[in-house]
Amino acid sequence: MSQGGGRRARTLNRAFALKRHSVLPGFGWTLGCTLLYLCLLVLIPLSLLFFRTAGLGWSDFWSAVTAPRVAASFKLSFAASGLGAALNAVFGFIVAWTLVRYSFPGKRLIDATVDLPFALPTAVSGIALTTVYSRTGWIGQLLEPLGIQAAFTPVGVTVALTFVGLPFVVRAVQPALQDLDPEAEEAAATLGAGRWQTFYRVILPTVMPALLTGFALAFARALGEYGSVVFISGNMPMRTEIVPLLIVSELEQYDYQGAAAIAVVMLVASFVILLLINLLQWWGARHQRREGV
Amino acid sequence: MKIELRNISKTFGSFRALNDVSLSVESGELLALLGPSGSGKTTLLRIIAGLEDADLGSGPILFDGVSVSDRRVRERKVGFVFQHYALFRHMTVAKNIAFGLEVRPRCERPSRVEIRRRVRELLELVQLEGLANRYPCQLSGGQRQRVALARALALKPTVLLLDEPFGALDAKVRKELRNWLRRLHNEIHVTSVFVTHDQDEALELADRVVVTNLGKIEQIGTPDEVFHYPESEFVMNFVGDVNRFHGRLEDGKLCFADLWLEAPEDRDGTSGPARVFVRPHDLDVDIRPNGTPSLRALVADMHSAGPVVRLVLRSEGGHTLFAEISQARYRKLGLRAGSAVCVTPHNVRVFPDSS
Repeated sequence: MSQGGGRRARTLNRAFALKRHSVLPGFGWTLGCTLLYLCLLVLIPLSLLFFRTAGLGWSDFWSAVTAPRVAASFKLSFAASGLGAALNAVFGFIVAWTLVRYSFPGKRLIDATVDLPFALPTAVSGIALTTVYSRTGWIGQLLEPLGIQAAFTPVGVTVALTFVGLPFVVRAVQPALQDLDPEAEEAAATLGAGRWQTFYRVILPTVMPALLTGFALAFARALGEYGSVVFISGNMPMRTEIVPLLIVSELEQYDYQGAAAIAVVMLVASFVILLLINLLQWWGARHQRREGV
Repeated sequence: MKIELRNISKTFGSFRALNDVSLSVESGELLALLGPSGSGKTTLLRIIAGLEDADLGSGPILFDGVSVSDRRVRERKVGFVFQHYALFRHMTVAKNIAFGLEVRPRCERPSRVEIRRRVRELLELVQLEGLANRYPCQLSGGQRQRVALARALALKPTVLLLDEPFGALDAKVRKELRNWLRRLHNEIHVTSVFVTHDQDEALELADRVVVTNLGKIEQIGTPDEVFHYPESEFVMNFVGDVNRFHGRLEDGKLCFADLWLEAPEDRDGTSGPARVFVRPHDLDVDIRPNGTPSLRALVADMHSAGPVVRLVLRSEGGHTLFAEISQARYRKLGLRAGSAVCVTPHNVRVFPDSS
């Protein structure tokens, strides 16, 4: 780093009081690296979106993103992703709890199964889900008499988005559960708390930040999911068309600006939601430093 | 509240943590469970609390004569202070202390005002006024310990159980808290049992000390009894420093380290090989023989350790002895490395090899 660069970094540090004295110097270097990396991979490509959209006038932009078909897909995408992430928060928590708390034969196998949605090409899982949940599929068959049709409906979309989000919740919550202090639960019991009280007053608040992280990751992943949904949703405009799919179809019609406009809305909305969740999580975790002895 | 345990056993897998232990704790007493790690003392404490179940076939656990064996933890109404405090990290000090009151069923729960008043009282009792809104991570070890104690006392328990209460604290804080706990116990007089592996702590704090080893109780007695009249070799070794010799008992005489003494009264009749124990402060050190049977030895090394001087002595017969004398005595004798001295043992404890 040049002399000038060093001085600039120092001024910056003083201005924002970012740097604390540490035995490992290199704040300037690592921050530089971080910014470069993020710029090349994330910020520059994404900012192009905004430039593209800027070519569109405000009113054109507005009409592009509020067209009924677009609005319907926004609604579906956010609702199905949110619902999927919420389902995962509940059941992923139970899966993580079972894996951490109990030992039983086949535990490793189940543990490995959790990661499958990570590893499979999404198209493969999409086809598999469609096969199983279609009207003649193994599970679809059982749902049919109940009047529930999964494949080619919003239900199917939600199933696919839940599927891809599961590992995020489990993997985020597992370490937090492992980290729980068994003595804290015993303390609650000696103080007269029942199981349910111990769970929601002691365990849940301690695990909440991790659970929120898992929820946020699952939600984010679901919003961007494409491959596993296209098969099971049937892609009917106004009914089962998710935003990523809509963007692709706009692109296929060479409507780059329209696609960019939708993408910008998607981007801003998800960024705001994730930021809020992060803030909430930071707020919840502010006193949860490990008690050092 | 009087606590009685009868014939309690506990096994973890193939490890016998407690082996047919019976114990009774008098009402209002402060009792120490003292022993090395793995001696079963914490297990015993946890069984009293109901955090652990005794093995099938164990006798009952009685609180004031009523069996509580089939009562669960939350129904036993004991205060338990954990070794690492186990404070709820996401709650303030006040919330931690109020926890036991707030989880009560609605019909038994005191009003908010009442809870707040009780928390204030307890904070005063443990001398932490002004820290009500702090979080556990913002407190020192000693403060956390006192919060844990206040939390356990919030329900006015009739039994207070403490697991290594000062184990994780530094020496000075430990001493302070020890005195403070003694005063607190004198004030509130709740039947208390605490676990420790620190003999000083047990001797200084407790009304009675229970020495445990390998899942058995070795001795129960006042601190004086345990220290001065150990009933077994283990207690002799574990409570306080000790010199150990191989010797013989013969016709009312005791021989060890080239020394013939009258055998202690309780070992009059026995004969045969024996192990002989003398505490370092029970070795009288003098320059000249003083008429009583004594050993000749040379001063090999010495350490001035606060109020006492520790001597390492080498006897003519090649035995190494550790002696402890006061600073004043040390100056009067004018000892230096290589000085020749006469050593007279007192309070010799003898355990025949057969036992």
